[in-house]
Amino acid sequence: MADILGAEVDEEGFLVDLKDWTKEIAVEMAKGDDIDLSEEHWDVINFLRDYFEEYQIAPAVRVLTKAIGKQFGKEKGNSKYLYSLFPYGPGKQGCRFAGLPKPTGCI
Amino acid sequence: MSTKKFMYLNRRAPYGSVYALESLEVVLIAAAFDQDVSLSFIDDGVYQLVEGQNPEGIGMKNFSKTFHALGDYDINQFYVSAESLEERGLSLDDLMPLVWEDEDDDWAEKPSIKVVSNVELTKILSEQDVCLSF
Repeated sequence: MADILGAEVDEEGFLVDLKDWTKEIAVEMAKGDDIDLSEEHWDVINFLRDYFEEYQIAPAVRVLTKAIGKQFGKEKGNSKYLYSLFPYGPGKQGCRFAGLPKPTGCI
Repeated sequence: MSTKKFMYLNRRAPYGSVYALESLEVVLIAAAFDQDVSLSFIDDGVYQLVEGQNPEGIGMKNFSKTFHALGDYDINQFYVSAESLEERGLSLDDLMPLVWEDEDDDWAEKPSIKVVSNVELTKILSEQDVCLSF
């Protein structure tokens, strides 16, 4: 079984146990995708974690887009911005870095 | 793809079987495909919406929190059987205050839950394209 910094991940790289998550794991996962996590990445990652804590699910991309725009300014509330941060998809890649399961309805 | 009216009929208590959780998962999938989704709660299904659930002691996740997210998925039609509530000594005040934001009304928060009689519910069910029972 594959692991990142000792935390077990599934075949798609998602954490098996959400409780294993640390910031270092997120940084390491991002490195594997050739991404250097910026403050803007962390805004989204922290938002995803808070959202999951509150609702017990990862948000769908259109819900995420709307919420990010509301919280961080209209210019960020679009999928172009989110894809510029997470080229493999804000839902899929963002949730993976945030230590969340793959979003429901995400193919 | 054309939009269909989907009704998810929930008749079982939230924990003890996987039906309630599975129903919610399927609801979220349908929502991702922009369908017209409504939910109804009959019999022990009304317990799914009760405020203040804590299933930690039986090792289950408190998925009732997820109902609060559904407004953002344009799922804001929750029909609850008045008779089923009354038979269990419950009222609207015992249920979670679920709301949705109305984009056409300056994002005003509006209640998602409607308590309806079984006769009204039968009529609502007859207007659906697809009914899925859990």
